Amino acid sequence: MSQIKTVLTEPLFSKNPIAVQILGICSALAVTTSLQVTLVMCLALTSVTALSNTGIALIRNHIPNNIRIIVQMTIIASLVIVVDQVLKAFAYEISKQLSVFVGLIITNCIVMGRAEAFAMKNGPVLSFFDGIGNGLGYSVVLITVAVIRELFGAGKLLGFEILPLVTDGGWYQSNGLLLLPPSAFFIIGGFIWVLRTWKKDQVEESEFKILPNTEHSGGH
Amino acid sequence: MSANNDSIQKTLIVAVLLCLVCAIIVAGAAVSLKPLQVANKVEDKKKNVLAAAGMLQPGVSVEEQFKKITTRIVNLEEGRFATEAELAEIKAAGLDPQKYDQRKASKTPELSKPLSGDEDPASIKRMEKYAEIYMIENNGEIEKIILPIHGYGLWSTLYGFIALKGDMDTIVGLGFYSHAETPGLGGEVDNPSWKAIWEGKEVYDDSGDVAIKVVKGPAEPGNPYQVDGLSGATLTSRGVSSLVRFWVGDRAFGSLLTKLKEQGA
Repeated sequence: MSQIKTVLTEPLFSKNPIAVQILGICSALAVTTSLQVTLVMCLALTSVTALSNTGIALIRNHIPNNIRIIVQMTIIASLVIVVDQVLKAFAYEISKQLSVFVGLIITNCIVMGRAEAFAMKNGPVLSFFDGIGNGLGYSVVLITVAVIRELFGAGKLLGFEILPLVTDGGWYQSNGLLLLPPSAFFIIGGFIWVLRTWKKDQVEESEFKILPNTEHSGGH
Repeated sequence: MSANNDSIQKTLIVAVLLCLVCAIIVAGAAVSLKPLQVANKVEDKKKNVLAAAGMLQPGVSVEEQFKKITTRIVNLEEGRFATEAELAEIKAAGLDPQKYDQRKASKTPELSKPLSGDEDPASIKRMEKYAEIYMIENNGEIEKIILPIHGYGLWSTLYGFIALKGDMDTIVGLGFYSHAETPGLGGEVDNPSWKAIWEGKEVYDDSGDVAIKVVKGPAEPGNPYQVDGLSGATLTSRGVSSLVRFWVGDRAFGSLLTKLKEQGA
């Protein structure tokens, strides 16, 4: 039981896949302009990670080592297609907005990373929860980014107006940069900074030391 | 066990079984969800017709809003509404005129003809004989007319609608419901502020020639025939320009629009 709790909660902050392992950045930039789309994307990624982890863990003792990556990819790709079909059937508008990014879950490093690093070595139940945990870790970052981007970029949350825009007769001058992809880099960077100030053990050791400035009286 | 796992036999068995299971799951999902997806697409098309005409109200059911709209099948070559005999011809070719699928018609040999070179600025390759158009009528007069348009952009064929006022000249709106252009660049054809530029532009100049055009860079201020190009999407802009010009031109809806205008006047 305690193991399940660990695999569920660790990826939230201590071993967050985006902030610590810097995996899955691409979709974090692309889909975070509105909170609604982000929530669906998080749900899609979490279910794919959890289910692919379970599937791979179930057959982990039968996967030939030399085709293991292909086996993982096949399982992940099938699940992504299923998720995409479900979205097209039940959430057509959102699936149109997510467009290619649902398909790109296949190449999301978090899914593959968890399959290779965790599901190949652990049982299906634990792997399932590891998938959920990592999906949640991804969601925490994405939701944070999306809230900041939608609130300050468009003055709205989930489509409801929070900060009335100047253009609509309100007082808030929206920040257009936040709606463009680079802003997600700044916000994720800020997120990592805050996280590492809070959890000092995440700070990596410098690869080299910067020597102190020395004064030379004579130049060359 | 792991040594055994790596034998060629086991590798093949695992690969084949895995592919089978995955194929069944994927095919099962695709087939069982198909009816829902088709229904979504039909509703989305209606929504886009309404949106192009600037009539889409959020919160009201699309079916309800669509009741105001008359749907007609048009013979493009002759520039008039299709006759009973022609509707029967569509039926004979295996399509339902009530739910006319223009995309399918353009691939059906009996209902389309190939276009070549100069005839085909929108790169659509085959052109259908009949098109489905939508009208909003008021006391017997056409208030707005909504025409389906499509053509090639940079990566994909864009499908959309253009809505004109009763004068068959002034644009009410334009919108694409299906395309696969680069998000953020060519995908900006969906940008509401760009689509808003089209509103009020005129399709034909005073002598009746097609004059509307998407220019590279900003349009001349006050020019009713020019629309700003999308930055970073020269080829998509060019594609949109050619496809709009093609569909309002003589080979497509041009003659119908001229006739409707004369009748209306």
